[in-house]
Amino acid sequence: MPLQGNVRDFSTTQLLNLINLAGKTGTLFIFDSVRTGEKDALGAEKMAPGKERSRVAFKTGKLIAASLHNQDSNLVAVLNRAGRLNDEQARIIRERAKNTADKALALLLINANYVTQKDVVGAVQQHTLDVVYNLLTWVEGPFRFEDNVLPGSDRILVPIDLENVIIEGARRIREIEQLNSHLPNLDMALKFPENPREKFKGIHLSVEEWRVVSFVNPKNTIRQIMKQNNMSEIEIRRIVYGLEQAGLVELIKPPAAVGAPGGSRPNPAPQVQKSVVDRLIDRIKNI
Amino acid sequence: MQTVKMVITGPFSSGKTEFIRSISEIDVVSTEREITSETERQIKEATTVAMDFGRITVDDDLVLYLFGTPGQRRFDFMWEILAEGMLGFVVMVDSTKPETFREAKSILETFRAYAPTPYVVAANKQDQAEAWNTDDLRIALRIDPDVKLLPCVARSKDSVKEVLLQLLYSIVDEMES
Repeated sequence: MPLQGNVRDFSTTQLLNLINLAGKTGTLFIFDSVRTGEKDALGAEKMAPGKERSRVAFKTGKLIAASLHNQDSNLVAVLNRAGRLNDEQARIIRERAKNTADKALALLLINANYVTQKDVVGAVQQHTLDVVYNLLTWVEGPFRFEDNVLPGSDRILVPIDLENVIIEGARRIREIEQLNSHLPNLDMALKFPENPREKFKGIHLSVEEWRVVSFVNPKNTIRQIMKQNNMSEIEIRRIVYGLEQAGLVELIKPPAAVGAPGGSRPNPAPQVQKSVVDRLIDRIKNI
Repeated sequence: MQTVKMVITGPFSSGKTEFIRSISEIDVVSTEREITSETERQIKEATTVAMDFGRITVDDDLVLYLFGTPGQRRFDFMWEILAEGMLGFVVMVDSTKPETFREAKSILETFRAYAPTPYVVAANKQDQAEAWNTDDLRIALRIDPDVKLLPCVARSKDSVKEVLLQLLYSIVDEMES
């Protein structure tokens, strides 16, 4: 069953997080929206997939390639945009190597001392990241994830860990409303997930993110962390959003607030004996 | 006569009423009303406005009541009332509607806050081609690994039985821990 939906309901950041955590291999396709006139479960207009807008490929949870439908993503264009080939060089190579696949072309260019291997890898990686950072800001568009669909073997694939991409992507999400709606309550606390050491391995955090991470403790509310670090609400929301989307922290209610949202009294669970539950189990088994 | 109560909750149109109908020994006492909103009418004809109520009699001394919550937020004043004294709860999620996942997570957190009782998440409509699988749903909804997320088809009595049994097993585990 392919994963499908709309990025307005399940954002690209959430999708990347899912693909990363599930270690998925395949290609994510995002499409232009075509109006259907029907409503979805939330009352928004249902959108059907139209023309392909972007595709992003993953191998065992790592980003390996990305392209936008309206942007040339062959190697010459990528090197040209990265400043590794000037416009004239790009034009000549395009003419002479019209039907040459990216990998073969890269070898030719390296052998001819146009570029180094490092230039090629760096440019392809930057192109992939630019595409992904771009689509992280999309707020509308049907998507479908096709398992085990990968780019052709002639493409140059550069594996990129998604955690850093997700964090950087989250940094680029500036819309205050989105951050506010994600984290409306600063009186929640943060905790580390299981195996935090494993998750933090190889992660590059900014100074501000480290300052927040250093206060992560179920006893500290986000508001307290914000005050301690002299941050604004937007700054703390942005940092917590990025850390949470990357799976580095989890939101929890602080001990004092458990069971009392909005001042409600906790409703204690009834005192039921185990024998009662055992009788329920027997009855349901025999229905 | 001892009565125990379980709550079946989840977003609008996630299959709560169907779930209770599949297992209740009585015709479900439903407070469904015809939907007045044109948008919601496209999803289903009637919706639960106060609660659904089903019953499973164990013996002369023990009855299990199943309460289904209204899925629309404007009826959420009923939730806390229904949660009072519950033994555990089931959060229904429509696996084919990612636009409702955020709401499902929010409802789950709300009910967790009402009472620290065991719960399971039922990934409904798993018989449909466009359903997200349970592994992907667990990540999408950020469900802890120690919480049961179960495939479910609310129209199937066997499937509903399995969800309720898994919830009861979780309750036993909690009692024994």
